[in-house]
Parts: sequence; structure tokens; C-alpha cells
Amino acid sequence: MQMPQPRGPLTEELFGALRSGSDDFYPVLAVGASEGEDTALALWVLHELHYRGIEGVPDALEWDPQLIRLRGVLERDLESRLRERWTPPGDLRFVEDFFDWLAEQDGASVAGHVHRDADREQVLELLRVRSLYHLKESDPTAWVVPRLGVRAKAALMELQYDEYGGGDPNRLHHHLWARGLAACGLDPSYSYVDEAPLEVLEQNNAMSLFGLHRRLRGAALGHLAAFEATSSLPSRRMAQGLQRLGFPAEIIDYYTEHVEADAVHEQLAVRTICGGLLAEEPELEADVWFGAFTCLDLEDRFARAMLERWDAADEARKDEVA
Amino acid sequence: MSEDYDHPDVVLCPGGPMLLRGRHVVEDADGVAHETTRPVTAVCRCHKSASFPWCDGTHKVLPEKLRPV
Repeated sequence: MQMPQPRGPLTEELFGALRSGSDDFYPVLAVGASEGEDTALALWVLHELHYRGIEGVPDALEWDPQLIRLRGVLERDLESRLRERWTPPGDLRFVEDFFDWLAEQDGASVAGHVHRDADREQVLELLRVRSLYHLKESDPTAWVVPRLGVRAKAALMELQYDEYGGGDPNRLHHHLWARGLAACGLDPSYSYVDEAPLEVLEQNNAMSLFGLHRRLRGAALGHLAAFEATSSLPSRRMAQGLQRLGFPAEIIDYYTEHVEADAVHEQLAVRTICGGLLAEEPELEADVWFGAFTCLDLEDRFARAMLERWDAADEARKDEVA
Repeated sequence: MSEDYDHPDVVLCPGGPMLLRGRHVVEDADGVAHETTRPVTAVCRCHKSASFPWCDGTHKVLPEKLRPV
């Protein structure tokens, strides 16, 4: 992918340094953490060095000690912000109580808006900003595999095998997404990072944070469980909304695939993956809940931000007509 | 650790679907055969799925008394 556009002093300094060919990042470290999108984009780019890399940035910088130091500082800030938002759910037991707990959460939903009200431009915008997640899909969770005991590892691979197409590259989920995007006339690479709001960057950064740190394996699998358990029904609404607006079959298929796939995956994620993890490492129960909460909280923040934006745009259009 | 683990072919999820591991052909009430396509398949037990005989998560929005035991 191309280097994104900087969004503040930290990304100005960092992106310039990454392209400079030098391995002296002390001036970047001196900028320190700033706030909001600038920080989130810096962390997103540092994480990207561990996935597919960035054009013009030497591959060896993935493990540069100064960049790892900066990544660590940004991740610590992100994790403490996420933990501040979270309240542990009392004496609930994850495997037994998760679905009931989930039913009581009522976060905002973009799928409901796409289903009934969204116009074509809004859906295209959603597909563009969501592409940051969908082009990786299960990759952040794949980091977790070698950190697990026997039960949880086998269980996670049973789910991941399906995510990665069961050996068929045509069925690999992030490839299905890329095909869907291309059919909509959109670019199936990371070309929409510059459009991604803070909420999208944070969603992706949280998944990479949980995946890249063995210490946070419980949070990674709790996040997975919450993600899968909030996917089937919204995917159906997305598919129906896309049909209503006459979108191509490839992108509709992506969502219909997730209706049935995630009806399986939610059961596996809660019962066999988190169940296996907690049978082997019961001390991780709080972190599993933390990951699940974070998934829902970040999705709620994302949905509210998008719905407010679209609402404001609709109001402005109405004013113009009047 | 060298213990044996349970790994059933069929799992009844409380309040939810039946999970089937491996390849199977499921015949619905009209005699139509449906072949499983993924490593694990969720078969609807609440009879409200729009993707019947496969689960689509609809059981989660049903009142508790209408969910499968």
C-alpha cells in the first residue's frame, strides 16, 4: 500500500522518517504521543509493517527497536483508554452468560440504516472505510494461534480454516471482500485509509493490539466472540440493503456468506474457543470480557459517528431543497 | 499434557442451533436435500431461520420460550 497522508505532527515526522532511508527515529520519539487521529494513524501504520508493509519503507524496519518503542508507547495509551471505558460485568460466566449479556447491549447499528434508509453514496462510503478491516478480516486473530493451549488452539483453527476459505483461495473471506469491492468499482487495496475516521482506525488498532501481544490473548478471543456474535443478523440486513440499492452480486454474496458462516462461528467462538481457553487458563476470564466489551464499544462509537455524519448530510440536503 | 479431549460430531447448543462437524446431507421436511459446505455447519433448531435448514442467528431475537432447549 501507499503511505497514507499525515494527520498531525507525529505522523508528519514518522512518515517522513520511514521514507528517508535512515534508521534514526529519535526525532519521531521526541514528538511523543499527540492526540486523536494523528496518534491512531501512526499506530495503524506501525502495525501495518507487521502485515503487508508499506511502499517505500524497508521491510527490516518492522523490528526496528526505536519503532517498536514508539509502537509500545502508542499501544499502552490505547489500551489504557480502552480499559477506562470498560466495567467488568460482575459475577457473570463467559461461556454460560455471554449471549444473554449480549442481548442486553444496545449499541448503534449501521446495518439497520443500510437496510432501510441509506442511499448509494452512504453505502459506498461505508464500504470504503470498512475496507480497512475487511481486507485483513481474520489476520489479527491469526497472531493468537501459537499462544494458546491445545483445546483453544484446535478450536480457533477450526474457525480460522473456514475464514481462510477451507483451502480454496476463492473462498478466503478477505478475498471475497476484495472481489465485492472491485465489483462496486472501488479499489480493493488499502487506498481508503485517508478517509478512515478515528473510530475505524481505533477498531483496527485494537484488534492488532490484542493479536500482537500474547499477554492479551484473552482479550483477542473475547473480541472475536463478540464480533462473530454480532455479525449474522446485521449481515442479513446489509445484504438486503445492498439488494434494495441494486449493488452487484459479489458484494451481496460477501454478506450472505457471513449470515451462515457467522451463525456457526459465534457458537464456536463462545463455546469451544473461549470455552477451551478458559478451561485451560481460567485467570483470563476478565480479559475475555474486556475484549468482548471493547469490540461492541468501538462498533457503537463507529456507528454513532457515521449515523451522525449521514444525518447531518441529510439535514444539509433538506435545507438546500428548502 | 497428553489427555484425550471430547470432540463430538454433533453439538446441541442451548437455546441455539445444532452444530454438525464434517460433510453431511440434511433433508428438510419437503424432502429436499441440503449438503453442508463448511467444516462445521449450524443447523437451525428454532425453525425460524430465513436460511433454513441452516441457522442464521434468528433464535437470538426470539422470546426465550420459543428458543430450542
